[in-house]
Amino acid sequence: MRSRLLFGVMAGVVCLATGTLLAQDAPRLRGPEPFTREQPAPPLPRPITNDVRIRRNYPDQPPVIPHSIEGYALDLNANKCMSCHARRFTEQSQAPMISVTHYQDREGNTLGGLAPRRYACLACHVSQTEARPLVENRFTDMDALTEPERQPGGRSNR
Amino acid sequence: MELSRRDMMKAQAAAAAAAAANVTLPAQAQNIQLGEELRLKWDKAPCRFCGTGCGVMVGVKDGRVVATHGDMRAEVNRGLNCVKGYFLSKIMYGADRLTRPLMRMRNGRFDKEGELQPVSWDQAFDTMAAYWKRVLKEKGPEAVGMFGSGQWTLWEGYAASKLMRAGFRSNNLDPNARHCMASAAVAFIRTFGMDEPMGCYDDFEHADAFVLWGSNMAEMHPILWTRVTDRRLSAEHVRIHTLSTYEHRTTDLSDAAVIFKPGSDLAILNYIANHIIRSGAVNREFVEKHVNFRLANTDIGYGLRPEHVLEQRAQHANDAQVSQPADFDAYARLVSEYTLDRAYELSGVPKPQLEALAKLYADPNTKVMSLWTMGFNQHVRGVWANHMVYNLHLLTGKISEPGNSPFSLTGQPSACGTAREVGTFSHRLPADMLVANPEHRKHAEHLWKLPDGLLPGKIGFHAVEQDRMLKDGKLNAYWIMCNNNLQTAPNTGNETYPGYRNPQNLIVCSDPYPTVTTMAADIVLPTAMWVEKEGAYGNAERRTHFWHQLVDAPGEARSDLWQLMEFSKRFTTDEVWPAEILARAPEYRGKTLHDVLFRNGQVDRFPLAEMAPGYENRESKEMGFYVQKGLFEEYAAFGRGHGHDLAPFDTYHEVRGLRWPVVDGKETRWRYREGLDPYVEKGTGIQFYGNPDKRANIMGAPYEPPAEAPDAEYDLWLVTGRVLEHWHSGSMTLRVPELYKAFPGAVLFMHPEDAQKRGLRRGQEVRIASRRGEIRSRVETRGRNKVPRGVVFVPFFDASQLINKVTLDATDPISKQSDFKKCAVKVVAATTQAAAP
Repeated sequence: MRSRLLFGVMAGVVCLATGTLLAQDAPRLRGPEPFTREQPAPPLPRPITNDVRIRRNYPDQPPVIPHSIEGYALDLNANKCMSCHARRFTEQSQAPMISVTHYQDREGNTLGGLAPRRYACLACHVSQTEARPLVENRFTDMDALTEPERQPGGRSNR
Repeated sequence: MELSRRDMMKAQAAAAAAAAANVTLPAQAQNIQLGEELRLKWDKAPCRFCGTGCGVMVGVKDGRVVATHGDMRAEVNRGLNCVKGYFLSKIMYGADRLTRPLMRMRNGRFDKEGELQPVSWDQAFDTMAAYWKRVLKEKGPEAVGMFGSGQWTLWEGYAASKLMRAGFRSNNLDPNARHCMASAAVAFIRTFGMDEPMGCYDDFEHADAFVLWGSNMAEMHPILWTRVTDRRLSAEHVRIHTLSTYEHRTTDLSDAAVIFKPGSDLAILNYIANHIIRSGAVNREFVEKHVNFRLANTDIGYGLRPEHVLEQRAQHANDAQVSQPADFDAYARLVSEYTLDRAYELSGVPKPQLEALAKLYADPNTKVMSLWTMGFNQHVRGVWANHMVYNLHLLTGKISEPGNSPFSLTGQPSACGTAREVGTFSHRLPADMLVANPEHRKHAEHLWKLPDGLLPGKIGFHAVEQDRMLKDGKLNAYWIMCNNNLQTAPNTGNETYPGYRNPQNLIVCSDPYPTVTTMAADIVLPTAMWVEKEGAYGNAERRTHFWHQLVDAPGEARSDLWQLMEFSKRFTTDEVWPAEILARAPEYRGKTLHDVLFRNGQVDRFPLAEMAPGYENRESKEMGFYVQKGLFEEYAAFGRGHGHDLAPFDTYHEVRGLRWPVVDGKETRWRYREGLDPYVEKGTGIQFYGNPDKRANIMGAPYEPPAEAPDAEYDLWLVTGRVLEHWHSGSMTLRVPELYKAFPGAVLFMHPEDAQKRGLRRGQEVRIASRRGEIRSRVETRGRNKVPRGVVFVPFFDASQLINKVTLDATDPISKQSDFKKCAVKVVAATTQAAAP
C-alpha cells in the first residue's frame, strides 16, 4: 500500500509541472474544443476486480467495491451483497462484515439484522473501473496534516 | 476457488503493508491516532448536491476540509449520505479550480475572438460594466440578462434579483431550475395559489403506498429512497408502484414496475381519475367544500419557436395557460373517455397493473404518497401532469395529512429556496409574488425602499427564450452564474452555442471550475463554492437551512454574492434609471446601484460584531457589514405574516433547518389542515388559503401527444437523465476520482435486441443522431438501466458526449420547461455516417 501511495504522490508532482489534466479524455470535463467538433467516445474501461481494499479518505467514507457486481440482484426478494457481507456469511466468504452502523434504524435503535434503511447498498458503495482520473484531486488526508513528517514528500504547499 | 483466491490477495496485501511500514515508519512512531489528537473542527452544512437537503458534518483542519459524514442530528437523513454526499470532502479540490478571472484577449485588449487569459477582477468588471452600459443605452433593459441557479444561496439569488430587476430594470433573470421544476412550480400556483408541497418528508413514515411518477429515486434521491425502502421493508402492507419509461434501480425495489410509452402518463392519470369517479370513490364532502373545477385550454403547442409548424398549427399556442371554470360533471365527462381499454392502448401498460394502481388511489383506507421529478416536469405537458396527480388526491381528499401526500421532488439544493421562494424566475418576485402584478411590484418597491414605478412589469425571457434571443441578437449582455447551461440546455448546437459566440454578445460565466460553458464564454469569473462562503438553501420539503464559511476559496475566487455586489458599484442610478423616475425621486440621484440596493439602511444594518465568532466571512468583511444577515432579514419581510414566515436569521445557524411557515418559533410540517397549520382558521378543517376562496383547483386536461415521436428514419425514443454518481453536468463529481471511476463516461443504454437488430455489440462505438445533431457514444446493453425495445437512455453528465446537441428544444407551453425525455433519434455504428441534416 505504501508503495502505491508513493507512486501516487510522484505522479501528482509530475502532473503539477505539466499542467493539471491527467488523462487524454479531458473533453469529459470541458467538452470538445471548439464546441462543434465531433468527439470520439473512448472504449468502456474495464471494471476493477482485484479484491484489494482501498484505504478510505476519512473514517466515514463508504469503502468502494473492489470486485465485480455485474448481475447482482438487489430487489425485494434478494440482496446478493448480503450473501457475503452479512455477519453470518463472512467466515465462509472472508468478505468484510457490513459496518455496525448498518444495524441501526432511523431512531438509533440497534437491530439484530441489516437495518432496512441500509438495504440499497449501491447508494453508497460503488464499484470502480480502470479509468484514469481526469484531473488530479488535491484533497489532503487528515493524517498528512497531522503528522507531515510521516508522509513521503511532506505536506504539500498547495 | 473464490475463497482461496481472496485469501491469497489478502495475504499479499498484508505483506506489502508490513513491508512498506517497516521502510517508512520511524521505529518509535505511534500508528494509532486518537480522535482528539487530530483536532478537527466539525460544523454542519447541507449537502451541495440535490434537493433532498441532507445534513452533513464537515471536518476542517488547517483551512481544509478533510472529512465529511452524514449528520446524525439532521432530520432529513439521520446520519446517512449517498455516495456523492460522502465524497463532498473532495469536490472543492480538483486541481483545475479557477483562481483568477479570465478574459478573451488579443493584443492586450478584450477581443471576443481572442484567447482566454488571466486578468484582474477590475479589468474583468470594467470590461463588463462598459458593455452593460452601452447595451443599456443603445437597446434598453431588455437586452441584458442573467441565467442563475437553484444552487445559488438564498442571498445570492436575492441579490441577483435586486440587481437585475431594480438595478438594471430587467426581468431577464431566470434560474436553471426552469429546466428542472418549473412545471411543478407553475402547477402548485395554479392549483393551490401557493408554491411548494403541503406535506413533508415525514410522510414517508406514514404512507401505505408510494407511487412514483417518472422518478428514479434510487439513483436521483437516494436518501429519500432509503426512507421509502425503510418503510416498505419495515411494514408488510406497504407497496411501491413505480411508473417509468424504462426499468432501473427503483423499479428493482418496487412491487410494480409500470413501464409506459413516453408521454402516455397523462392517459394513465386520467384513467385513474375516471376509475375513482366510476367506482364511487370520490370524497364528496371534501370535493364540495374544498375544490373548484376548471378545464384547461387544449391543443396548446410545444413551446418551440413561434414560426415552427407545430406552433402555427396549434389552436392555443398563445393562450396555453388559460383555463375555464367548470363543474364536477364537465370534468367527469372529460375523463370518462379514459377507460381501461383506452389507457392500455395509449400506454401499453398491462390492464391488471393499471387497475391495481387505480385501486390504490381509490381505496379510502390506503394512504398514498405520490412522488415525481423530471419524468413529470420535463414534459411538454408537465403542468398538466402535475395537475392530474393533484386531481387524484383532491378527488379522494387524500392530501395535507400524514401519509396522504402528493409530493414534488426537486433536483437542486435550493430549487425551492432560491429559485421559487426568493423568486429568481423571469415572472416572479419573493414570496410567490409576480412581476406582472402592479400591486406586487409596488409592495416590492416599498420593501426595497426604491422609487415608485421603478420595477418593470414585463415578464422577462425564460431559459430557452434567453438562448433564442442571444442567437437572434436581441439579448446582448449576459451573465451565467452557478450553472453549466451549454451542456444542459436543449438543442445546444443550434440554439445555445450560436448565441454565446454571436459577435454582438458579451457572455460572462461565473464558475468554480472550467466547464463547457466557461470555455465558450468571453469572461470567466472564478467562484467560491459551498463551505467557502456563508450560505443558505431551501430544500424540497420547505426546509430552510444555513451554513457558515468554513474554509477560504483558492486564489482570487470569490462568491457569487461578492461578484454581484461588487459589480453593482460600477453603475450609478443616473446611468441606468430613466430620467423621469429620478426627476420624481431626486434623492436617488448620483448614487451607485450598490448604494441604493445594498446600503439602503436595511441590508447594511447588522454590524460585523453580530457574526458568529470563529468563522471567516469574506463578503461581510469586505463590505463592512453582515451582508448575509441583512439580505436575509430584508428578504424575510416579504413572507412574514403571509404564509411564508421564516425564523430569525440567527436561529438557522443553530438548528438543522426549519420548515416554513415558522410561526411562534414552530415549523409547519403539513399545510392547509386545521391543527397542523397555524394559518388555517378554527372550525374549517381544511383551507387552501393560497387561493382567495380557499379552495384548490381540479384542472381537467386531455392526453396530447409529444412534440416528436419515432418514425421510419429516427426510430427510437431518446430519454436523457442522470446517474447516481454524477450530479447534473458533473462539474464537481467528475473531479472526484472515486465518483469518476465508478461511472467514467456516458453510455447509450439500449435493449439487447435493438442492438442486435442494428448489428451492434456491447461496448461498440455508435452515433446517436436526431434531426438537430449527433454525438458518439458506446453501447451498453446491461447494467443498471433496462430500457424496453424502442427506447434508449443517455445521461448528460459527460461533456465529451453532449447529448443535448441531439435533444429537442420543445417546452411545456405553460411552464416553459424543456422536455428532455422525449425526442426521436437513430443509432448507427460510428463507422457509418449518420448523415444528420
